[in-house]
Amino acid sequence: MPDLWRLSPELAMKISLAPLQYFWSKQQVFDFYESLVNTSVDIVYLGETVCSKRRELSLPDWLEIARLLQDSGKEVVLSTMVLVEAESELMTMRKIIHNNEFIIEANDIAAINLLKKGQPFIIGQHINVYNRETLDFLVRSSAKRWCAPVELSHNTLLEIKNRHPWPIEVEVFSFGKLPLAYSARCFSARANNKCKDECELRCLDYPDGQLMRTLEGSDFLTINGIQLQSANHYNLLSSIKDLYELNISCMRISPQFKNTIEVINLFRQVIDQDANLVAAQKTITAYAGQGECNGYWFGDPGMHRHI
Amino acid sequence: MNSKIKLICPAGNLPSLRAAVDQGADAVYIGFRNGSNARNFPGLNFDKASSAKAIEYAHQSGTNVYLALNTYPQPKQWAVSTNSIDIAAEQGFDAIIIADIGLLNYAHKHHPQMRLHLSVQGSATNYETIAFYREQFNIQRVVLPRTLSIAQIKRVVENTEVEVEVFGFGGLCVMLEGRCVLSSYVTGQSPNMNGVCSPAKAVRWEETGDGKNSRLNNVLIDHFAADDVVGYPTLCKGRFQVGGKPYYAIEEPSSLNTLEILPELVNIGIKAIKIEGRQRGVTYVKQVTRIFREAINRYYYSPGEFLLDDSWTECLNSYSEGQCQTFGAYHRSWQ
Repeated sequence: MPDLWRLSPELAMKISLAPLQYFWSKQQVFDFYESLVNTSVDIVYLGETVCSKRRELSLPDWLEIARLLQDSGKEVVLSTMVLVEAESELMTMRKIIHNNEFIIEANDIAAINLLKKGQPFIIGQHINVYNRETLDFLVRSSAKRWCAPVELSHNTLLEIKNRHPWPIEVEVFSFGKLPLAYSARCFSARANNKCKDECELRCLDYPDGQLMRTLEGSDFLTINGIQLQSANHYNLLSSIKDLYELNISCMRISPQFKNTIEVINLFRQVIDQDANLVAAQKTITAYAGQGECNGYWFGDPGMHRHI
Repeated sequence: MNSKIKLICPAGNLPSLRAAVDQGADAVYIGFRNGSNARNFPGLNFDKASSAKAIEYAHQSGTNVYLALNTYPQPKQWAVSTNSIDIAAEQGFDAIIIADIGLLNYAHKHHPQMRLHLSVQGSATNYETIAFYREQFNIQRVVLPRTLSIAQIKRVVENTEVEVEVFGFGGLCVMLEGRCVLSSYVTGQSPNMNGVCSPAKAVRWEETGDGKNSRLNNVLIDHFAADDVVGYPTLCKGRFQVGGKPYYAIEEPSSLNTLEILPELVNIGIKAIKIEGRQRGVTYVKQVTRIFREAINRYYYSPGEFLLDDSWTECLNSYSEGQCQTFGAYHRSWQ
């Protein structure tokens, strides 16, 4: 492979870590983020984005983690909830947005509405940006980076770029179970015969979510509270060259209970061309649990896998 | 009685539109046949000539016509969508229902007199989100996703000057609309990108020794015994296994029906109630419009004594998926 990336080190792609999608104990969360201090991850998104009943960590706890990571040279972003309904959820969001220290990621338009005039923010992957006009509108509203929706293919991103430089940094979800849907209903509670109001926080028992199979036993989806994810891991390791050529700034990895650091290291090595892609791909398969998919990138059903 | 709750009915073609108008809809919502709306099904929707006829017919009875323009256009679809907005303005549509920020911006800039409604696909579940769309694009109404409880809807209504519309009857979307990509994960096509969910062309039926399988792009969605009621394989309404236990892991095949809680909806200040189903036949549109019109009229005639008519319930049951109905998220116990 030609030495593409080293030609312009200032354009080297960064690695970001998505907000933790699952419910872990406070100690597990602290241990996890402390273990990232000496890794090559560049950007860390922090905070609860799935369910407001998950209160192992308070905002001061998250801020403590944020400062620890910032002191170790990471860019830290505070993420906000995807489905915001209750007044208490809006109150939490206001506190996060007005923290005065860290930039925020908006996953609902409410977060953008709560920004102070000119306050920069990151457009999360759940804000629906499917065309250049919407992106430009949000850039005019002080957006600093855009994490594209998972549905957008390589070709669609090319069309949105439209041969111009990107107006802001662009980030692409590159590894982990895909967040696919959110509901008022809690599927973890339902799977455990509980109703949402008496859910007993059962999702704490499933640090990578609960597998949903079809009736004939094929792995299909993952239940994670009010969220559904893919069972398979989305993996764009083999498409790094596409992303580089598209001037993508940042590849997003979703935290999982085991091997997150190994995944970060593999992406780093391939980006820096310190590892052979074929060998790295073989290694990462072992960290991808139920299996891999990458169909969205190719404009196909997301569950498909191109080799 | 100008303040009566407005009845908003679906039409996938001219006969359905006429039926909705004749049965007393306050407004009918339709889409163009160009992939710009969330019922992008073969043989459905309007071209420029039929939408002109639709508006003429509806306006003669004082009924409004809304254009549903609620996909998120990718660059190739952008011009089709903006062109649809221009046509809607030229033809005299009474409002456009939009989800995409870029399109709202276009419509607000180029047709400032046009009434804009934020589509259910815009995922507005709180008043801060609604305030953004009001301030930026002067939206007049918001259609709320089917994820909120009555108490939460009340809170929204109390904190916005924008009219609030909710779903009253029809197919029940379990997920937060606008943020569900399950369909494209399995089939490559989704409501956001293509205006379809679990598209018919991905469906395959399979006879088995003991009944039938339904598949969506080869993924097994459900298995029906020979004497089971067979349902369309919408992927969130199939049977799956969690922990080895097969059940409707996401949602049972059922439809939303709020007729019984109509007084509550009126009392908390809902301005419009929407019937789902542009893909449904003319008889569905006619019967559901008739029943909701009668119910609304009966309520306002004597608000304290509102009772359901058994014949309404029976008829609506026959149009429900799996012959099963629910209040959905409006009642907290469903969640």
